[in-house]
Amino acid sequence: MTEFLAVTAAVDESFFTDRSGGGCIQENRLFCPDWVTDNYDRYLDPTLEHLILVGSAVAAGFLIAFALAVFAHRHRWLQTPFLAGTGILYTIPSISFFFLLLPLTGRGAMTAIIALTAFNLQIIFRNITTGLRNVPPDVTEAARGIGLTRSQVLRQVELPLALPEIIAGLRIATVSTVALATLAVFANGGGLGAEIVTGSNITFKTGIIVAGSIAVLMAILFDAVLLLARKALTPWQRAAP
Amino acid sequence: MSKRYPGAEAFAVEELDFEVPAGEICVLVGPSGCGKTTALRMVNRTVEMTSGDISIGGNSIREGDPAQLRREIGYVIQQIGLFPHRTIAENIGTVPTLLNWEKDRVRARSAELLELIGLDPEYGDRYPSQLSGGQQQRVGVARALAADPPVMLMDEPFGAIDPINRSRLQNEFLRLQAELRKTVLFVTHDVDEAIKMGDRVAVLKKGGRLAQFASPTGLLMEPADDFVEDFVGADRALKRLALMRVRDVDLWTAPLAQAGDPCEPVRTAVAAAEVPHALLVDNESRPLGWLSRRDLAGESVPENADSTADPLIDADSVLRDGLATLLQSGSLYAPVVDPRGRLTGVLSVEIVSDFLSSREASESELSAAERPHD
Repeated sequence: MTEFLAVTAAVDESFFTDRSGGGCIQENRLFCPDWVTDNYDRYLDPTLEHLILVGSAVAAGFLIAFALAVFAHRHRWLQTPFLAGTGILYTIPSISFFFLLLPLTGRGAMTAIIALTAFNLQIIFRNITTGLRNVPPDVTEAARGIGLTRSQVLRQVELPLALPEIIAGLRIATVSTVALATLAVFANGGGLGAEIVTGSNITFKTGIIVAGSIAVLMAILFDAVLLLARKALTPWQRAAP
Repeated sequence: MSKRYPGAEAFAVEELDFEVPAGEICVLVGPSGCGKTTALRMVNRTVEMTSGDISIGGNSIREGDPAQLRREIGYVIQQIGLFPHRTIAENIGTVPTLLNWEKDRVRARSAELLELIGLDPEYGDRYPSQLSGGQQQRVGVARALAADPPVMLMDEPFGAIDPINRSRLQNEFLRLQAELRKTVLFVTHDVDEAIKMGDRVAVLKKGGRLAQFASPTGLLMEPADDFVEDFVGADRALKRLALMRVRDVDLWTAPLAQAGDPCEPVRTAVAAAEVPHALLVDNESRPLGWLSRRDLAGESVPENADSTADPLIDADSVLRDGLATLLQSGSLYAPVVDPRGRLTGVLSVEIVSDFLSSREASESELSAAERPHD
């Protein structure tokens, strides 16, 4: 336990390096731009790690939730148990999850990714299921009636029409995961959380602000990319009446 | 064939058995819940029958893959069910694409069908939400026709369209049918639509039992039982009038006279004729007016008649409309003219009532596509 949380205490002396010699560290203002210009390189790796954490967790969450949702779409009775199961995973606090996984996967990014994936499943599963359910029944009836097979109906009609809801789910999942992945540091999973933890141990706040801002920017960026993807993939929604 | 849904006591469709000749429209009509849609859907196996069999062109539909079967049967439903995420051209090309036609051929076929249903080619690139309800339903019909299936199933295809557009779409479809000669099963709950669209009409009772299977005229003239009689309505005699044109009934002849003719033979003819009035006509036998007794009192027929020839009835108009014109004018007789204005006979109320009481009508019955549609 103490070892697991040891990371919080590890403050690197080099953290206070102020190569430009500006005075804002000494003055300890809320935000010190000079320090950022000197130290931006220390955020490159954590940012990349963070991207990998979020990318892997959302991708894995999507693949599993997609498979579950499509399976439950054909076997409707499975929807309730699947929803309950993913619901439980969603509500387990991530930090508890890290401890639960500790004996199985040890400390590291894998543990963090598993916990983040488990968190994602519910959001994505629910959106895919809703999307598939909201496909107008007359459209699927017509599709079956003119000779599409079950899987053709799914691939050519239901999934394309569920796309806006599926992407909406991915957007929520991605943004939440970007925020939640800052906790990966407690599983020794790296990411921007490490910089936040480091920064929060000292009175100097600029480090926290930078790490937090990168996370916020990352969330906005993911969101924008997904929004653009939706627009590109659903031209019919923009068709002027 | 029969259908009983699992867990249900009663049959949804019970021992329904009839045959539709190729190239004809057969309408299944009946009150809600009579099993007509279930019966229709058994044909393309979107509902599987419990017992019995259906064959198309001698082949049982039970053999083979349902999806493959459906690609050979056009299907149109009331809610249309166009794919909102696909353009109109893609919607129309759905079945040809499923049948692995080449892209160019699919595109050409879509364009051809757009023209057939009277939509501008530029509509091909639009999405269904950009079209009106009537246009969408035309596209629904085009999609069903795309792979040129010999059989079409139409489930209340015009049920959700406003009355004016519905009548227009019905007429358009009958015009297409005159050309395409598909074998059509058409479901409706509207007996007027059934009579208008059907070459044959199957009236279903609750439980999917066949109450009567007859031509529209047969149905109107001789309802099989009280249920059918009640269902077709008390005005069934009048409905028959919508199935005929004025030129299809035996019109009366009136004595004709041209200006300057001697009056004596005209007076004699009037005394003996079916129509006890003489018509003044020009030298192309276009009616000019009715000659009164006073007009014929002199030596020769005058140039102007006492009363005009109005109303004139177009020989191609529907008998019901001809009768309406006659009744509205308050006249006992009205001259019937061909498109060039020449007299072909005289219509009277008595002709119409004789026609309704005769049995001949069913023999000269026209197919739905050939019948007059307003």
